[in-house]
Amino acid sequence: MPVTHKTLVKSKQGSNAQSQQKPLAAKTAKVVSKKKDEDDGTEIGEGGDEWMHGKTLIKPPDQLDLTEAELKEEFTRILTANNPHAPQNIVRYSFKERSYKPISSVDQLAVHFFLEGNLLHRDSDEARRQKAKQGLPDEKATVVTETEDEKLETPLQAAGGEEAGDVEEGGGEDGAHSVDSKTGKKEQKLTNQFNFSERASQTLNNPLRERGCQTEPPPRASFSATANQWEIYDVYLEEMQKQEKNKEKAKAVPKKEDDKGKKKLTLVETQSDDLTKVAKVAKIIERMVNQNTFDDIAQDFRYFEDASDEFREQEGTLLPLWKFQYDQAKRLSVTALCWNQSYKDLFAVGLGSYDFTKQGRGMLVFYSLKNSTYPEYNYPTTSGILCLDIHPDRPYLVAVGFYDGCVAVYNLKEERPEPVYKSSSKSGKHTDPVWQVRWQKDDMDNHQNFFSVSSDGRVVSWTLVKSELVFTDIIKLSLVGAVSEGPEGVPPPTMACGTSFDFHKQINYLFLVGTEEGKIHKCSKAYSSQFLETYDAHNMAVDAVKWNQFHPKVFISCSSDWTVKIWDHTIRTPVFIFDLNAAVGDVAWSPYSSTVFAAVTADGKVHVFDLGINKYEAICQQPVVAKKKTKLTHIEFNPVYPIIIVGDDRGYVTSLKLSPNLRSKPKEKKGQELPRGPEVEIAKMEKLLSLLREPENSKA
Amino acid sequence: MAEVEETLKRIQTHKGVIGTIVVNAEGIPIRTTLDNSTTVQYAGLLHQLTMKARSTVRDIDPQNDLTFLRIRSKKHEIMVAPDKEYMLIVIQNPSE
Repeated sequence: MPVTHKTLVKSKQGSNAQSQQKPLAAKTAKVVSKKKDEDDGTEIGEGGDEWMHGKTLIKPPDQLDLTEAELKEEFTRILTANNPHAPQNIVRYSFKERSYKPISSVDQLAVHFFLEGNLLHRDSDEARRQKAKQGLPDEKATVVTETEDEKLETPLQAAGGEEAGDVEEGGGEDGAHSVDSKTGKKEQKLTNQFNFSERASQTLNNPLRERGCQTEPPPRASFSATANQWEIYDVYLEEMQKQEKNKEKAKAVPKKEDDKGKKKLTLVETQSDDLTKVAKVAKIIERMVNQNTFDDIAQDFRYFEDASDEFREQEGTLLPLWKFQYDQAKRLSVTALCWNQSYKDLFAVGLGSYDFTKQGRGMLVFYSLKNSTYPEYNYPTTSGILCLDIHPDRPYLVAVGFYDGCVAVYNLKEERPEPVYKSSSKSGKHTDPVWQVRWQKDDMDNHQNFFSVSSDGRVVSWTLVKSELVFTDIIKLSLVGAVSEGPEGVPPPTMACGTSFDFHKQINYLFLVGTEEGKIHKCSKAYSSQFLETYDAHNMAVDAVKWNQFHPKVFISCSSDWTVKIWDHTIRTPVFIFDLNAAVGDVAWSPYSSTVFAAVTADGKVHVFDLGINKYEAICQQPVVAKKKTKLTHIEFNPVYPIIIVGDDRGYVTSLKLSPNLRSKPKEKKGQELPRGPEVEIAKMEKLLSLLREPENSKA
Repeated sequence: MAEVEETLKRIQTHKGVIGTIVVNAEGIPIRTTLDNSTTVQYAGLLHQLTMKARSTVRDIDPQNDLTFLRIRSKKHEIMVAPDKEYMLIVIQNPSE
């Protein structure tokens, strides 16, 4: 037993080896144990000692040595409720007194243990919030609802029991009810986790059926168009035209036959080759192509001005431009030239032959300056053409005089190659070649009429009446002067042969006729048998006689006797005489100046005179054809452009540009603007004439 | 009709002309003196250009209309003359 006690002490000691907090009472055990430890070997021996000396005290080495008196001193201990750990002298800064002041009372509460719990008082805010979250009403309400729920519960349960048999619909209602009950329960009570059953039921789903049908899509075509200003304009125009047509149709109902005929025509046209519609475009293209080929000529025509004229004093030159020739007219000579007054680039060429032994066919050809390789119009004729004239007002009417004495009128607008009107032997055609034709102003019935002069000595007026040519002899040229009577009884030929004539520009009834005998007769339309005046002009036939374009009294004449003569019709002798060393084929006044004229001779030269500059000589004498053998037969000035066309006996027509010196205008005085116009020209001429007249007067 | 044929023939045989094409309103060549591929190319391209040029001219003044179109290039000159229904294209070498 003591051994066991020791062992117990030992174990205790072992466990509390380091702690020395044991009270004194336990010291003995310690001492004993220590001793035991020290003396292991002599345990058995001293064990008894210990038991005997169990109560002897052994001081630990670091124990305080106190005197007995001190040991007996009594210390009183008071237990207070103060917190020994609380600070006793907390000082706070007081802003009021600006010093540190000790706090009077210090909190003495000492918290020994603190544990956060999760219990809430049911009336606290947090508890209420939680209840609200769970869906339970307030306490009072809960009490009421509790009772209500209790009530609900029982009938529900009863209902549930009754309707347990129904599956579908009842189930649905039940489900609803149960949901309600659930919510109700949730508000008040927590759901029963053990006895809770969720009920659901499924309604009958109506069978879905999909139905579709496909249609054929409407035919689609993509359409695109532009609506420009011009397209709108075009549409309006068409509308207008349609309306007008309708109006016309309404008016012209009885013309059914014509319509049918027209319809037939139109049908034929559409069936035929489409190329007919390309005609206009082809023409334009041809002109363009020609322009390209003859580009330099076109440029010259427009812009070239011979600069060397400044150094040449008064002389001028002629610049050759286009050359017009037609294959089929090679052996014919140009017998007539005429510019069109309305279309300034169009001119007519009459082709025939002057050689009376070689008479064959002829041709009427129209050229435009825009296309020098091919004529615009051409009409072949059976007989050679000797003269032609284009109507000044109606540029599509052309009067033509033939070698066989016929006259004809062509209408360029019509497509057919025959003339519109032609005189026949019945209708008073000439018996000899017609040398000149001239259009006149429309007569009082608005019929066009023209005059012709022929070698048979008649000057005839032809009037276009509907579809016929009606002729009227105006004058018969009789030989002036007594001619020795021939053999007995045979009356001498009394008719002179007219070879040219010209009408006065202003005085309508006055005209001049040149004859083969070399005389020029001044006649009037009113007097059919008498001449107003006769001039002994030339020794040979008068080839051309022309009134001056400005001056009312002056005219010019030329003849194969190599001379060109200028006259004042009041004076019987010529005012100017020019000898050109070759037979003069034609002479023409210029349209821009009263003193400029040009003549062509049989040696292929063109002579240009300006009486204002040089009264005796030509200011330009230029051969214009390559071969010297070619005779120039006709010349014409273009009314607008500074060019002349010259025809020769080989069928060529050459166009030439007049250099500036040839078209000189009177010099302007500084600061003064000279009036340009016919008056100036007349004045110019008058001045010239007066110069010539004075010496005559003085002589006289 | 023969006149038009003659005119076209004259154009074709004119100095410096390389080829001529007649194109209808839809841009399809109906007559040509060039080979097929070149013709088709020219016709298609020039048709569009001419339509555009014409539209331009007429937009500015609806009463006006395009008469012809010249395109001069280094090598040659292309001339197009449009019409209501047809178009004529001529390629010429002007400097020859």
